[in-house]
Amino acid sequence: MATNVRAEAPPVAPGRPAWRSRLYRFDLKASPYAFIAPFFLCFAAFGLFPLIWTGWLSLHYVDLLKPDVLEWKGFGNYTRLWSNDQFWTALRNTFTIGVISTVPQLLMALGLAHLLNFRMRGRGFFRVAILAPYATSIAAATLVFVQLFNPDYGFINWALDLVGLHPNWYSETWPSQIAISTIVTWRWTGYNALIYLAAMQAVPKDLYEAASLDGANRWQQFTRITIPSIRPTILFTIIVSTIGATQLFGEPMLFGGGVGVSGGSAHQFQTLSLYMYELGWPSRQLGRASAVAWTMLLILLLIGLVQFLITRYRKRHELGG
Amino acid sequence: MAATLSTPSPREAKAAEQERPRSLFRRGAGDHDKAGPVAYVLLAIAAVVSLFPLYWTFVAASHTGERVAQSPPPMVPGGQLWKNISVAWDQADMGTALLNSTVVAGCVALSTVLFSTLAGFAFAKLRFRGRNALLTLVVATMTIPPQLSVIPLYRIITELDWGNHLQSVILPSLVAAFGVFFMRQFLSEALPFELIEAARVDGANSLRIIWHVVFPVARPAMAVLGMLVFVQSWNDFFWPFVVLTQQNPTVQVALSAIGGGSGHDINQAVIMTGALVGTLPLLLIFAVLGKHIVGGITSGAVKS
Repeated sequence: MATNVRAEAPPVAPGRPAWRSRLYRFDLKASPYAFIAPFFLCFAAFGLFPLIWTGWLSLHYVDLLKPDVLEWKGFGNYTRLWSNDQFWTALRNTFTIGVISTVPQLLMALGLAHLLNFRMRGRGFFRVAILAPYATSIAAATLVFVQLFNPDYGFINWALDLVGLHPNWYSETWPSQIAISTIVTWRWTGYNALIYLAAMQAVPKDLYEAASLDGANRWQQFTRITIPSIRPTILFTIIVSTIGATQLFGEPMLFGGGVGVSGGSAHQFQTLSLYMYELGWPSRQLGRASAVAWTMLLILLLIGLVQFLITRYRKRHELGG
Repeated sequence: MAATLSTPSPREAKAAEQERPRSLFRRGAGDHDKAGPVAYVLLAIAAVVSLFPLYWTFVAASHTGERVAQSPPPMVPGGQLWKNISVAWDQADMGTALLNSTVVAGCVALSTVLFSTLAGFAFAKLRFRGRNALLTLVVATMTIPPQLSVIPLYRIITELDWGNHLQSVILPSLVAAFGVFFMRQFLSEALPFELIEAARVDGANSLRIIWHVVFPVARPAMAVLGMLVFVQSWNDFFWPFVVLTQQNPTVQVALSAIGGGSGHDINQAVIMTGALVGTLPLLLIFAVLGKHIVGGITSGAVKS
């Protein structure tokens, strides 16, 4: 029907005033830019401009209480970071917490998505249930897990006591990092599973039917059909999770209670974000905090570059073989 | 970023959904996609692990602080819930916090949906110079950590004397790259070019097309995006924590005060009550609209 209309009448009827057609053409040309303008204005004001300003600040000594007084330092803040133990601890913690929260999370999400892709009863319930943690805020989730992980009366140690284990989830490095990663994993696994599920539903059913007629069992179907088919989505979730892990702030902050900002009494779970906050606010050194922020961006760019190179290498490799 | 472009469209997902029952009757289809008992057990475990912390929050919030701090921990609800709620209310001003969070998340969701739909429509259906480059730029901005802009933003906010005011939380998140991309993905599939052209032939200008063609078509995606943004904004922690104080907190900031206090007489049950009160509104939304949210995510466009 719509095509009929298009065939009948030209956009501007002859005899209409010229200003009308000019207005029409102006509308066609300008409105796309008008529609995308809010995003770019917002980004320029609250994203790009602050980003550059942070870079400028990172080259100065700046006091939080006197943010107008800039004292030129050159790359002093960066070299100081380089030789600062706490920075390296925070970097290492960000990395280890990132790995132990992201890797199991995405693997479990893949498995769950695979299961949810089967025909079954109660599918809707399972989907909503595993997404429920996503509705829980960082603050609420962390407070609950602080209780569950409490070494004295927490539910988890009560259960572990039955098998003779008694880790201290706060003071020890690995247990505290595992506890924090558990919070992250709990909140995001279901969400990622649904994203994988979406990708899996787009895989043509014939592929599975053919494989199953050829005698491939479910595991083989999973590794040989599902995984290769949804590889782009997997790559995307890895990128998003990496970004999230680099920015981790609320969970360790609230997990540490009174010493949250320093990431535990020995910085055993201080992340880069927390370190930046500690430098900028409690310690009032905005210049050094800015240097940490820019270092985070540089790290992300570096990771992105590595991922890009790996993908390109694999693509070439596959094409060659 | 090409990764996201190959995700299933809403239509394809729907088609896949519809195809499934038919395969029941297809000869030779077999049981290859039917769940076995192992699948049920594993999914049941996942559901329990997902829901148990929420259940336990409720249990702990309904006991006294002394009982929660004993081992073994309580497993069934007690009778202290209302008392704890009133204590939490006094301690952290949960009333103000809930109101503030509703206002902030509501404003952010509305404006994000509006601006994202406009931009998503332009990127999906309008031709203009630099379109692809600008779209790539939109996606690239998603990778910038918010921490990078916090310091100057804080400076601007204090300069404008907006510290502790809600607009300091609302304004920076008026529109999100993720939302633009979400709407673009949806509209490129769901909105036929013919509809737009027909409207143009009828003499509609771009604003009228937005109102009479784009919005009606985009409504389901706008609803899903609105809910997702509402949840994200409600749960946002870092920036509100930096600019707001306990005099005018959002729920998350208030929770950080209940949980992060350094006194020795912290009442664990009250902390859990705070967590419960702060989460309950979202869980209610999920209980009612969960199916649609799940549908929105699995329809493939949501990626962040």
